[in-house]
This record gives sequence, structure tokens and C-alpha cells, in this order.
Amino acid sequence: MSVSVRIPTILRTYTGGNAEVSGEGATLREVLQKLDSDYPGIGARILDESGKIRRFVNVYVGQEDVRFAEGLDTAAPEGSEISIIPAVAGG
Amino acid sequence: MSLDFGPAVALSCRECGTRYDLGPSFACLECFGPLEVAYDFGTVTRSHIESGPTNIWRYQALLPVPVDVAAKQNMNPGWTKLVKAGNLGRTLGIKSLHIKDDSGNPTHSFKDRVVAIAVEAARNFGFHTLSCSSTGNLAGAVTAAAARAGLDACVFIPADLEQAKIAMARVFGGRLIGIEGTYDEVNRFCSELIGDPLGDKWGFVNVNLRPYYAEGSKTLAYEIAEQLGWRLPEQIVIPIASGSQLTKIDKGFKELVALGLVEDTPYKVFGAQALGCSPVSAAYKAGHDVVQPVKPDTIAKSLAIGNPADGPYVLDIARRTGGAVEDVTDAEIVAAIKLLASTEGIFAETAGGVTVGVLKKLVENGTLDPEAETVVLNTGVGLKTLDAVSSIAEPTAVIRPSLDAFRAI
Repeated sequence: MSVSVRIPTILRTYTGGNAEVSGEGATLREVLQKLDSDYPGIGARILDESGKIRRFVNVYVGQEDVRFAEGLDTAAPEGSEISIIPAVAGG
Repeated sequence: MSLDFGPAVALSCRECGTRYDLGPSFACLECFGPLEVAYDFGTVTRSHIESGPTNIWRYQALLPVPVDVAAKQNMNPGWTKLVKAGNLGRTLGIKSLHIKDDSGNPTHSFKDRVVAIAVEAARNFGFHTLSCSSTGNLAGAVTAAAARAGLDACVFIPADLEQAKIAMARVFGGRLIGIEGTYDEVNRFCSELIGDPLGDKWGFVNVNLRPYYAEGSKTLAYEIAEQLGWRLPEQIVIPIASGSQLTKIDKGFKELVALGLVEDTPYKVFGAQALGCSPVSAAYKAGHDVVQPVKPDTIAKSLAIGNPADGPYVLDIARRTGGAVEDVTDAEIVAAIKLLASTEGIFAETAGGVTVGVLKKLVENGTLDPEAETVVLNTGVGLKTLDAVSSIAEPTAVIRPSLDAFRAI
């Protein structure tokens, strides 16, 4: 499946400054694996040593926070937009 | 550009400790962890603080602001009343109870404290526009502070907020944008805006200025300790939205101890949430150390953050200090607003109903010690959440102007 991945400012050093790159995979996990092979090192910024999404990163497939869906096993349908966003506080 | 942040010397990642130069950044490049301000305090004395102005700038030496901050165009919030709540204490069976009433701030919520610090950071970085994602109170605090400081404002809120909060945010000028979505979606929108040329030279007080902004909540800890006669309270009840305020009050208490300004006495921190948005309370009760996000549904809209960024730290602090995290229903929130009003003459917004409601519940279930000195926070004013008390928003009776008619009631 071909998807687009929105890259936050602090990870754009890996993507040559690109805010959006194309990705591939049936699930979020596969998309992130492919992303890491295209842009080596970016995966370790998003996932911790045990392979889980870092606790201060939010990942969305379309409009849905993947923590509400299947986490890394969330399906990545053809043409979907994946966003990686640092967690922020406020109120 | 020469920066002047007073005693602040660096930003430091709360997760992994990586240090960065002071700048408009908020997330660690290594691990995405939140960045915090690190200081070189030197010596700070009680008498130096006591000789300062009656607002948060009396604590300038403990904040990331320049030494001449009090002379700048700023809202000068803080030094709100610590009310000895004898009537409420007697009603609940608590021996010594105080209410830190932050509805006395310039725009009537604790948000003026954090925004005041963010304004000085925006000035330092040469930003022209002040912005935020907000559940309401923050939007008003930002537009007011921008007006005073001579900055442009553009703030973002969930479109379904209380009318009073919308009016409060609009009256000061600037742009107010309603987003069709929850606070968490507004927050996400702002995170994307910040990486876009549209948001260039904008200071988002709770995003790229967050490390500075968040420090403002420490002033609640400083004031409470000073107003108690330079002592730490034994128990404190704090509302939880993002969890930032509770985390920073704990940081403030620890700094006072480290600087020798108060004695190192134990204190217990209790967090308060509305049941309709209680991800931190749920995690606490389940014994988890991370927070599963929720979709909020509560009248306590100022606390309706379903994905609280500082939730894990709240869990750590409640457990470390021997406190707890508890939640109350919307009906209990309304009852607590009425209880506080009728015992102490303080009209709290829904967030104050949450803390007083949780205080009552914690005493009743034996979690909170009624013999220990206790402080409960009221962070906003009831006039902004009138809908919550609409059931009593009418006169007891309507009569003709005659004594007979009054006698007949």
C-alpha cells in the first residue's frame, strides 16, 4: 500500500528537510520499517528500544490516534496520510 | 540576538537529560521527551523575595525572566489569596483547610501566570504573534497579555466552548479561531502549524514556548508556601488537565527545599479529574505508569484533555509523595461548586468543582488525612461556566414590590 507520511520539524534532518514523504506497508509497523530503511535512523527516534511508540510521540493514521486503534498494527489503507507529532501540553 | 532569561541557563530533557541552548523548542531531538528550563540560581533569600512586588515577579530570581521584568508591559498576575476555609473545613471534617483562589488573576484563571512567562520568552525570541491551543481560559489569558504587551494574537479553541470563554478571548482583539474538533485535535493542528511557514515567528505559548510557559505554575507552589509562613502544606489537591500544573507545583516545592527557603517536610500531592475525562485517574487506579488517551465528555471543559502530555509524571509524583489521583462525576462537580460557594463565598468554575469534589471524596474514603494541613486549588471563576449551574440560575421567587407579597412566599 502506498501512503504519505508527514514528518515533524525535529525529524526533517533525516528526510532532507521534506515535511512529507511517501511510504509503503499494510500496517503502521511496516510503514515505519520501510521509512527507516529509506531514512536510516529515523525509526529509533519514533520507537523505543523495545520497539514501542515512544511515550511522547503521537502517531495518527488519517484522523485517528493509533493508540485508539491497533497501535503499530493499525492498518494503513492505500492513500492514507500518516502523521508523526510530538506530544504537547496545554489547556 | 541576545537572550536574557535571568537565572535560566539551558533547556534539559526531562526524559533523557540531554541539554540544549535556550531556544523556542519543546521536544528532545533524541527521544521526543519534554524540555524543561534548567537554572543556576545562586543564593535566593526570603527577604529578597518579600521585598519584591505583590505579583509573581517577586519570584523573578526563580523564573526564566530578566531581572527587570517587573518594569515591562505585562499582566503582572499572581499573589492571589490563600483563603482560610474554616466553614468548608468544618463541613468536610478537615481540621486546617486553605483554598488557593486563582480566580483573582487578571483574566480570572491561573493561566495568567504561565502566559506572563511565555510573553517574556516571546519578546526574547523576537516573535510578533502570540498563539495557543486552548480549552478556553488560556485563549483569554493569551489575547489579554498580547494586547498589554503590544503583540498580535491568534488563538485556537474547540468551536463548542462555553460562550463566556469565547467572549473573554475575543474582547481583547486578535483572532480567535474555532476548530471543529476536540482540544486534542486543536493541539494537533497547532503542532502542524508550527512547522509551517504560516506559523513563522509565532510564539505558541503551550507548544514552542512551553518550557518557559510551564514554569509559571511553579509560582503557585512558591506563593502557597510563603503565604503559609514559609512552610510546605502537608496535603495539596490539584486539578489535572495536561498534568503540567501539578508537575510544576511539585518542582516548585522541591526548589524551595533545595534553596533552603522552607524546611524539608513531607507533602502529599493529590490529582483531581472529572470522570468524563479521567485518563490519569484511570491509569493511577489500574497501577499503570503510562496513560491511555480518552475522548473527553464532561462539563469540566477546562480540564478536558484526553491525551495529557504530562500524565506519566503526575502518576510518578502522586505515588512518590503518597498521594493519589481521583475523579468525580459531573453531578458531584456541580454539587461541589455550590458547596464551596455557600460555605466560603467563592464562585469556582467547573475545574474548582472538580478539586473540591475530589477533596470531599478523598476525605470520605479515608485517603486524605483530615488532621493534616490541606490546600485545595481553585483555578478559575464560575462566571465563565454559568451553564454548569443553570439549574440555580433563577431567583428564589418573583413578587410584586409589597411586604404582603414577600410575607406570602
